[in-house]
Amino acid sequence: MPNTIHIPTPLRPFTDKKESVEVSGNTVGELLADLTTRHEGLKRHLYADDGKLRNFVNVYLNDEDIRYLQREKTPVKAGDSLSIVPSVAGGVR
Amino acid sequence: MTNSVASVPDLSQEEIRRYSRHLIMPEVGMDGQKRLKASSVLCIGAGGLGSPAAMYLAAAGVGRIGIVDFDVVDYSNLQRQLLHGTPDVGRSKLASAKDRLKALNPHVEVDTYETSLSSDNALKLFEPYDVILDGTDNFPTRYLVNDACVLSGKPNAYGSIFRFEGQASVFATKGGPCYRCLYPEPPPPGLVPSCAEGGVLGVLPGIIGVIQATETIKLMLGIGEPLIGRFLIYDALKMRFRELKLRRDPECPVCGDHPTVTKLIDYEQFCGMRPEPPAQQVAASANQWETTSVELKRRLDAGEKVFILDVREPNEYQINRIPGSTLIPLGELPRRYQEIDRDQEIVALCKMGGRSAKATDFLRSVGFTRVKNLRGGILDWVDKVDPSQPKY
Repeated sequence: MPNTIHIPTPLRPFTDKKESVEVSGNTVGELLADLTTRHEGLKRHLYADDGKLRNFVNVYLNDEDIRYLQREKTPVKAGDSLSIVPSVAGGVR
Repeated sequence: MTNSVASVPDLSQEEIRRYSRHLIMPEVGMDGQKRLKASSVLCIGAGGLGSPAAMYLAAAGVGRIGIVDFDVVDYSNLQRQLLHGTPDVGRSKLASAKDRLKALNPHVEVDTYETSLSSDNALKLFEPYDVILDGTDNFPTRYLVNDACVLSGKPNAYGSIFRFEGQASVFATKGGPCYRCLYPEPPPPGLVPSCAEGGVLGVLPGIIGVIQATETIKLMLGIGEPLIGRFLIYDALKMRFRELKLRRDPECPVCGDHPTVTKLIDYEQFCGMRPEPPAQQVAASANQWETTSVELKRRLDAGEKVFILDVREPNEYQINRIPGSTLIPLGELPRRYQEIDRDQEIVALCKMGGRSAKATDFLRSVGFTRVKNLRGGILDWVDKVDPSQPKY
């Protein structure tokens, strides 16, 4: 059962410019692992060297922050979508 | 906002005519309009977001609008920063903004602060204002605005833009989340490109800045459902808004139950912008890992063989380039680096040096040893070596 991951603009250079990627897995962690297998270049942007999700990268399951669910162990069901929400600073210049 | 409407002088006949479309709505009405007149907002930045926000807030009759900026109007601003026009190029943004706002609505007081917001001045600058509108362009200032809002108890009408995508929320209200609840720590410098590097669709700050202005007015009037605890993401290409839930994090270092940040800190350092190695080390590492436009030009003229790797995007390469350079966009480098002969010397460049620094780090991590970053990027090359090429 494929799920969709929304890719934010700053990370699209690493997904062949795709704004969403179809992935499969049973948990949030498995979906992200599938994503970084398909798009190797994303890995260092999402994960620190110790294999943990970087803490300036927020991951949402539908509209809920996974930090308030079961983080990467959160189970997913058909139709759920993940969003990666990185911090963006732009404004003035 | 709890401004006493009674303390505000009545609206003049001219003001009543001007604000009539507000006055006939019961949600605003005479009391609401007087409340707006008694209210104040401080816009951090008179750029892409600050322009539409300040213009609509002025037109709506917000009594006092402060603006903090230290920049000068540049041609590259005009594609989106409607506070400034072509005749304003070269003027201070504050002078240009003040003229524009006063022309829109002479009943509005405009305070200008020609300074960069810092830990030393932020709390003092915020003090007289009801709402802070964050339209800045860098992480240190984002965190500074957030922390100063939390510490001074002022709501932060937040907006941020990148290419075709925008974000908006209201932070630091009583009991609501702050920016640090969402992003406890900044990304390391260079990992997220700036607008100057990534570009921005000119109309995008129009949408996001006006959302910030809308939230500011709702806060002042105390009407509607403010964008508190919600994070709005706008995708201009899809023309779609998405909303994510935000919570105040009880562990948040600034607004949490046991805050550890109780005064403003050094935000440049917090964002890793100042690693501060000893001066000697800087010089040595600059020699080893960096080169300059002038030095590169000298070596090319001397017939030395250097592989010039441009890691920008193809549309940037169309604007200007170093003759003989090879284009491999940063995002494609991880799967294309084997196209590069690792025995020759490589000089990597981008627009200003940020992305190419990442490229050189990456190449070193996969075993390249002779890689240098072109300091200042193509802009420096155009300035110092080839002014016949356009800048962007």
